[in-house]
Amino acid sequence: MSPFPAHLLSIDDLGTEEISTVLEVADSFVEVGRRANPKVPALRGRTVATLFFEDSTRTRMSFETAAKRMSADVLSFAAGSSSLKKGESLRDTVETIEAIGIDLVIIRHASSGVPARVAEWVDHCSVVNAGDGWHQHPTQALLDLYTVRQAFGGGDAGLARFQGLRVVIVGDIRHSRVARSQIGAYAAMGAEVTLVSPSTLLPPSLEGWSVAAVSHDLDEVLPKADVVSLLRVQSERGSGEFVPSLREYTAGYGLTSRRAALLRPETLILHPGPIVRGVEIASDVAELPGSLITEQVSNGVAVRMAVLFLLLGQGTLEGADRA
Amino acid sequence: MSAADVHRAITRMAHEIAERNRGLQHVVLIGLQTGGVAVAHRLATTLAELDGADVPVGTLDVAFYRDDIGLRPVLPEAATDIGFDLTGATVVLVDDVLFTGRTIRAALNALGEYGRAQVVELAVMVDRGHRELPIRPDYVGKNLPTSRHEMVDVSEDGVSLGDLVNR
Repeated sequence: MSPFPAHLLSIDDLGTEEISTVLEVADSFVEVGRRANPKVPALRGRTVATLFFEDSTRTRMSFETAAKRMSADVLSFAAGSSSLKKGESLRDTVETIEAIGIDLVIIRHASSGVPARVAEWVDHCSVVNAGDGWHQHPTQALLDLYTVRQAFGGGDAGLARFQGLRVVIVGDIRHSRVARSQIGAYAAMGAEVTLVSPSTLLPPSLEGWSVAAVSHDLDEVLPKADVVSLLRVQSERGSGEFVPSLREYTAGYGLTSRRAALLRPETLILHPGPIVRGVEIASDVAELPGSLITEQVSNGVAVRMAVLFLLLGQGTLEGADRA
Repeated sequence: MSAADVHRAITRMAHEIAERNRGLQHVVLIGLQTGGVAVAHRLATTLAELDGADVPVGTLDVAFYRDDIGLRPVLPEAATDIGFDLTGATVVLVDDVLFTGRTIRAALNALGEYGRAQVVELAVMVDRGHRELPIRPDYVGKNLPTSRHEMVDVSEDGVSLGDLVNR
């Protein structure tokens, strides 16, 4: 494997080979998670900070659990109670964090590009993007890939199934960092991505996006789908203003019970959560056998452990004998 | 070592394991990923032939317990697979090559997660010397003096050293 990058800012930082490595290493962490004591000493003595400028429970808890299960020390930085409130600039905050001796910082921010900017400022600290604006949320895409590979039996055979896999991403593509990461991730593994969205919720241009097709007709696309990945209607980012009403959105783009009947039984259903039942997915559809929403959450910890381990656990002494 | 030499060594080690642990009731074999796994399975097959004993085999990956994480590229080879509780068991750790002993140190720490074994023993196909920790094997296929920079390769076809194949 080529050296793992120093930071994980975008799914594009990883090639097909690095993504495969993350998924393989995550297998080992899934095994750790099944033990009575799900903790290993791998990152003992390392300090990880979560720097969240935007609300999140599941992503923050998932990252913090991941770091703690590897025995790293975890500092949780709540932007609301920090010196930023006293007028300190982001750059000064980051320099303080680095001066304290933090090894890795996990950042979520409402503005696109903040993690990349922070990565330019730090000298020896790794940066992980936990979601920035409309831009990227790479670990979400990785855990989606892991969950799909697992549903296909895991291992190399599960990985091979991505080749030509028909993946349909439904919802507010325009405001979704999850969609942007998913598209890159699925494309890197050889899947064919179709976007289904009202025109108003598509980005102004899809130039440079690895997308096979765009459709506005979910009923037509669903019977051919191998994987249906739903996006949350992001009221806080203004999804609602781009459609006449939520009810109309559901009528056109929600995975209702009627639409679920169009799916083949083996079709997988994913959703990054938190799900808004009755809007993008009907309550009973979320409970269907093909629905992997719970698996996504539990796999999230193992996949994030793999990412942190690959960022922090790799030294540079090539050729050191391992026997 | 030729393939036949390895086969003889396996047979002898299986006899020694059976001799030291009469009845083999509590014995389990744990192969270290990846080189020790094949050796563990061969020992189990031989024990079955000798004694009719059905000795469980598990596999252990020690990557997360190594002491050189952050110093060199450390990657797990494959997920650990131990489908039984080790509490009270006689665990025979199995590896292909014993060198510095650091892998075994890591393995001893990792094993503790699967229960408190009554006894832990160590079987290796090749002991190449250069120990850096106070660890010694209980069962050895062959003592093979090496220089630090040589590579020892254990496979189905036998044991070879560096580029100079000695079969």
